[in-house]
Amino acid sequence: MSIGATKATEPKAQRGARSLGRSGKIANLESADVEFINVTKTFNDANAVDDLNLRVEAGEFFSLLGPSGCGKTTSLRMLGGFEDPTKGRILLGGQDVTNLPPYRRDVNTVFQSYALFPHLNVFENVAFGLRRQKIEKHEIKRRVGEMLDIVDLPNYEKRQSSQLSGGQQQRVALARALVNQPKLLLLDEPMSALDAKLRRQMQIELKRIQTQVGITFLYVTHDQEEAMTMSDRLAVMWHGRIEGMGSPKDVYDSPTTEFVASFLGASNLLAGSIVSTSGSRTTIAIDGGGSIVVPVNHVPDLGGSTAVKVGVRPEKIGIFPAGTDVQPGHNAIGGRVRVSTFTGVGNQYIVETTLGVEVTVYAQNIGNQLAPRSGDEVILSWPEEHTFTVKPLPTTVEINETEGD
Amino acid sequence: MEQLVPPDHPGGVTPRRKRRVGRALAPYLLSLPSGLWLLLLFLVPLVLMLSLSLKTCSPSTGACVMAWHWGEFSSEVSLYHQEFITSLYFAAAATVVDLIISFPIAYWIAFYGGRRKNFFLLMLLVPFFVSFVIRTIVWEFVLANNGVVLGALKHIHLLPQGFHILGTSYAVMAGLAYNYLPFTALPLYVALERIDRRVLEAAYDLYATKRVGFMKVIMPLTVPGIFAAFLLTFIPMFGDYVNQEILGGTSNTMIGTVIQNQFLVTLDYAGGASLSAILLVVALLGIFLYARLLGSRTIEQYL
Repeated sequence: MSIGATKATEPKAQRGARSLGRSGKIANLESADVEFINVTKTFNDANAVDDLNLRVEAGEFFSLLGPSGCGKTTSLRMLGGFEDPTKGRILLGGQDVTNLPPYRRDVNTVFQSYALFPHLNVFENVAFGLRRQKIEKHEIKRRVGEMLDIVDLPNYEKRQSSQLSGGQQQRVALARALVNQPKLLLLDEPMSALDAKLRRQMQIELKRIQTQVGITFLYVTHDQEEAMTMSDRLAVMWHGRIEGMGSPKDVYDSPTTEFVASFLGASNLLAGSIVSTSGSRTTIAIDGGGSIVVPVNHVPDLGGSTAVKVGVRPEKIGIFPAGTDVQPGHNAIGGRVRVSTFTGVGNQYIVETTLGVEVTVYAQNIGNQLAPRSGDEVILSWPEEHTFTVKPLPTTVEINETEGD
Repeated sequence: MEQLVPPDHPGGVTPRRKRRVGRALAPYLLSLPSGLWLLLLFLVPLVLMLSLSLKTCSPSTGACVMAWHWGEFSSEVSLYHQEFITSLYFAAAATVVDLIISFPIAYWIAFYGGRRKNFFLLMLLVPFFVSFVIRTIVWEFVLANNGVVLGALKHIHLLPQGFHILGTSYAVMAGLAYNYLPFTALPLYVALERIDRRVLEAAYDLYATKRVGFMKVIMPLTVPGIFAAFLLTFIPMFGDYVNQEILGGTSNTMIGTVIQNQFLVTLDYAGGASLSAILLVVALLGIFLYARLLGSRTIEQYL
């Protein structure tokens, strides 16, 4: 086994068996876990990141998701060494890196703007980190060539970065970071400049590369679909805090806060209060009248209060003509269709319910149902286990889904 | 689908044709004033000057006759090559001094100026609101034998009483360096300001220390600015005569002084014109070199 690149600046104890397999594919890379311990970052008296505690496991694809200004990029920049935390510690592979400059961290970043070196060609861009590590010339040539193959840009060595398309620049930026075989790769909204189709393609590509190189990816994005597509786990951030964390499915299906419920996908949220709990079922009285049953493990800790918001995703709701029997174990609300929109893959309905609240329903276009029209009386029903409850936000807080940073 | 728009507005044949002619002429009409300006005040004098260098003039009347006297160039060069070399040396030295002084200034303003960048740039330019000659005369006071600087240093016996700067080559170079400093600092500032900070962060991310980031990213990206600064400083310095006249002595005559003398004192118009033509060729060579090395597009961006 040949020992791969070890950074001159890296502490000796951290030098491990990083090797390149003979097949030319990168294998057995050491990846590292990441830990934020009570990290706070203050800019002009405002907390960009507020007492963040986060643990990312080695080899994981982890996403920080949130609207602009939620602190996700600041968290990433602190991990990369571009910002110093005001308080708290950051560990990388168990080692405290809180005060290390960027060039002493075994972390590489793919920047939002790619930040390719405009005066260097593709080869020199990718080789930049290797040259700093004083790696032998033929080794640099081999590794850069290999990495350009992995990102599907063979024979692009001599191109100038200005001659590349956005997608190609992004792949060069990825190659430039990965060629150093870091323990952790940081990605700061790397796809925000790409069009939707290319973005979807790159998402699959990125996931493939991550599986291939096996290192930890920390991905920052405001695009919930992107985060859910690629991540093993994700954290939704808002106002410098983590609002929800877990596998994309868990966070989507059982959001724990109103913010997560509205930011990640769409939710119908009905205000109500807890009435009683019997066995595994909790009954919640809705403010407009009627009641909804929720599995008890879907009720978060409300800290003594009984006020909650009951939520259900639009695609979980079935829409039936009025008078249809409700199946046992289902919640049901009556109403009248106000708007019916055909979207190709499905129908979207906005239903004025008897509770006085509008509910959005999304029915897949599977061709065997008679679509209700606006004005039709309907009954909405969904299984109890697809109901979740969240702690209501103070009414003054507005949730913004603005894009960009 | 895109709707097809007719190439011209519907209308009679005559107005359409008229409009088409007008549209074709518009760029020429718009460039007419500046074109005339260049022609009358730049191109015509240039041709006059070049043709003058081939004429022979009568020293008594000043009247010149075209003589196709190409030998004028070689004889002027052989007569004044020493002044050319002196000018080259002074201009080169002062340019280097300017680059060394203004790089840290431009770097500091570009990277640490924050929101007050424009204020600092203005401060850099304030002395240059005063006329060139007046500034040089003030510089004469500053460097005077018993002036503010030398007088004080002599008073505390840091310098011998006989020490002087005025009249030496150093005084000329100092004056040149002082007078052309903003022409060096501004292009450098533009180049440094333009560097994407994220590119610098990427370098640090890729294990570059601050020093390596400076050498491998900032410096290469500043090269066009350095070259622009060089052109803007070196070429006018090369033909400068004010600094040498006011601050220099008799032994360090620059080519600009020679030309000025030929035109105003000895009335050797042909000689002065041919020396000016040689200077022009030197300047053009510099610009040509710049365009070849760094591309002609960067000239517009920095000058």
